[in-house]
Amino acid sequence: MKIAVKVLPREEVLDSQGRAVEKTLEHNNMAVDHCRIGKYIVLDFSEDDVTKAKEKATEIANSLLHNPLIEQFELEVL
Amino acid sequence: MSSTKKIGIARFLGTNCDRDIWQAVEMAGYSPEWLWYDDHFDVKGYSGFVIPGGFSYGDYLRSGALAAKSKVMTSLREAHVKGMPILGICNGFQILCEAQMLPGALLKNESLRFIDRWVGLKVENPISHFAGEAAECILPIAHGDGRYYADKETIQKMWDTEQVWLTYQDNPNGSIDSIAGVKVGKTAGLMPHPERAVFDWMGSSEGLEYFLNIG
Repeated sequence: MKIAVKVLPREEVLDSQGRAVEKTLEHNNMAVDHCRIGKYIVLDFSEDDVTKAKEKATEIANSLLHNPLIEQFELEVL
Repeated sequence: MSSTKKIGIARFLGTNCDRDIWQAVEMAGYSPEWLWYDDHFDVKGYSGFVIPGGFSYGDYLRSGALAAKSKVMTSLREAHVKGMPILGICNGFQILCEAQMLPGALLKNESLRFIDRWVGLKVENPISHFAGEAAECILPIAHGDGRYYADKETIQKMWDTEQVWLTYQDNPNGSIDSIAGVKVGKTAGLMPHPERAVFDWMGSSEGLEYFLNIG
């Protein structure tokens, strides 16, 4: 079973990469209100139980994949 | 000249300031020893530790995040709990933050540029093991991820408890409150590179002060 961990910088943290992309879009007549850049990490579990796999993914995300001071994450079951 | 006091220098895959630290530690009169990232070690017998700069694990995931989970950091955490002096420089500072041995995190520079230049620093709250009592100094910086960040509440607590060690005189990277270095007990981290300023011909020898009382 595959679970994706989507990591984004927290709203209150200035995302310098997102801001650079935002400005480039604006300069190319494709302006958006806001752009943030994060990571998309796919974990492959031998586990078939969704609940258990999500529990493991949460534990992994909390211990390593995201830093709660500056980032937030969401899980997506693939 | 060489003292019997041993200083452990941690090396990770991608560390690149290790030999400079070795030399600075020797110049300060201590006996340096390498600590390999994939080994535990016995903290007894050491007087202090340095985590050098570089790009451990190629800065994958987040700067310092993977190194923070290595075996050598388990032993360094033990040294931290025992109150032994630990100095993290640049990537070493990032590793100490990711290991939660220091508060906060280091983000990409506000300009997105890698910045390599000299900066003026102010010592806000001195730590006798590193940098001595000088109120100001100049040191070189060389980093892409040096923007110090912590939430407002944490920053206030850090000022109140004298954990803010160094600030930039001219904030180069967008760090909150211009913070360049922080400390908790005898564990301290800074983005500038004191080991790159240990001879006058390097531009300054003020960096040597950071190693003189490390053990």
